[in-house]
Amino acid sequence: MRFCRALFLAALLTAAPAALVAQPQPSADEFVPMEEAPPEEQIPAINLVAAAYGFVWIVVVGYVWSLGRRLQKAESEIAALEQRRR
Amino acid sequence: MKDFFRVAWLVVRKDLMVEARSLEVVSTTLFFALTVVLVFAFGLVREGTPVGDVSAAILWIATAFSGTLALGRTFERERQADTLRALMLAPADRPAIYAGKLAGMLLLMALVEMVLVPLVGLLFQAPILGHPVHLAALLLAGTTGFAAVGTLFAAMLVRARSRDVMLPILLYPITVPVMIAGVRGTAALFQGTPDEALARFWIALLVFFDVVFVTLALWTFEPVMTE
Amino acid sequence: MTKLNQIELALAGAMLAVAPWIIDAAPYEATMGLVQKIFYFHMPAAWLFLLAAIIAGTASAMFLFGKKRDMDGWALAAAELAVVFGIITLVTGPLWARKAWGIWWVWDARLTSSLILWMIFVAYLLLRRYGGPGADKLGAGMALFGLANVPFIFVSVNVWRTLHPQTSVVPTLPVQMGGPLWFCITAFFLLFLALLGMRARLERQRVRIEDLYLAEDEA
Repeated sequence: MRFCRALFLAALLTAAPAALVAQPQPSADEFVPMEEAPPEEQIPAINLVAAAYGFVWIVVVGYVWSLGRRLQKAESEIAALEQRRR
Repeated sequence: MKDFFRVAWLVVRKDLMVEARSLEVVSTTLFFALTVVLVFAFGLVREGTPVGDVSAAILWIATAFSGTLALGRTFERERQADTLRALMLAPADRPAIYAGKLAGMLLLMALVEMVLVPLVGLLFQAPILGHPVHLAALLLAGTTGFAAVGTLFAAMLVRARSRDVMLPILLYPITVPVMIAGVRGTAALFQGTPDEALARFWIALLVFFDVVFVTLALWTFEPVMTE
Repeated sequence: MTKLNQIELALAGAMLAVAPWIIDAAPYEATMGLVQKIFYFHMPAAWLFLLAAIIAGTASAMFLFGKKRDMDGWALAAAELAVVFGIITLVTGPLWARKAWGIWWVWDARLTSSLILWMIFVAYLLLRRYGGPGADKLGAGMALFGLANVPFIFVSVNVWRTLHPQTSVVPTLPVQMGGPLWFCITAFFLLFLALLGMRARLERQRVRIEDLYLAEDEA
């Protein structure tokens, strides 16, 4: 369990560069998709991509964390119950 | 097979007799349907005329809401008197009991619709008499699909906690196809130049839905009602 | 947690950590631009969302008709994963749509169907959480009905939408099955397997705890 947590801490730390890694993309690329929307309503694609990746990471890490916690709680409860039975 | 229909008929007769004595579910559901239509009218009528083609949507939403209410009340009565358990203990085919319950529910909802349809036609200027056969088929097929799923879920929820809120939560996502088909089919009949072919497509989809879900419900009723 | 789950989780974590670099190196999709890269996470999540729904429905059927008690745990695990991968699909989709079509939400057939399927599994989880006694069987019925509903939802939403053509561009998914896409699918699939195994294990432990309490009461 501890191994897992360490692993996901590491994964979380690498998630931050994940958002940054696309940053050095040539800025000209942002003009590629042209829409009918007025320019002030345009959101730079990089923000959307970063938000999407950030969201994926938050959901996955959050779920694994909650699952790990629930598993640990159940395991300790089983251990306590078996201790009492003996 | 003969036994199946006999048991189903007995269940229907029992429910009708109980209802005839108090008229509780019929009267409350009818009044509720009326209030739903009125609430929609206040929201969707501007300067004396309804906005867009809302009459079909109002008809189906009012049907779904009052159907949910009727389902909840019918089975709540069973729960209070513990009669559903007695019914389950009876040496009768479980699917037949389900079929009886479903038939009773359909009769009740048909009664409500007989009031709702003229009401919507009157208040929202909907041409309800334009294609009476198509409209009746849509209502019959749609109500059957809704009640088939609803009866099963309401029966299963009798033993569950927080069943009042659980019934719509479970029922509405599952019956989304019924609502879409019912509303779009009815709207196709109500629009300026009625589209009969489209209405027939939606009726076919609803019939297909009914066949699949009535079969599934008959099949699942036995294992889920066994304690 | 079993060894296998640990390995799967470690592999998935490592792969997802390097995924941004691999996706960055992937060929540039000309019409969509940078925002197309959301697709590398969006599509695997959508596939696994559907897979989780299928597993939940099948396991529920086996629980109901085959009277296999442990199948209930698998159904619950798969349903929870359907909600997790479903929310990823439903959030990354509109982020892409904002750039591609200029609006956050389109009543696109695929998007709407996903939303309804997601709601069915949220309802399932709510029932399991607050339903009390008998919720397992009722939930199994719900999951089974939900799965049987998928074709109906898709057909009805599809016809409903095509009847009302919108001014926005007709949604088309860029199909560019490159290596990076398969890399992401593999990473997500490993993650899915690990999470499914862990969640089902948690349910088995819950059953065990209940049995232990029962044994204690009897003693």
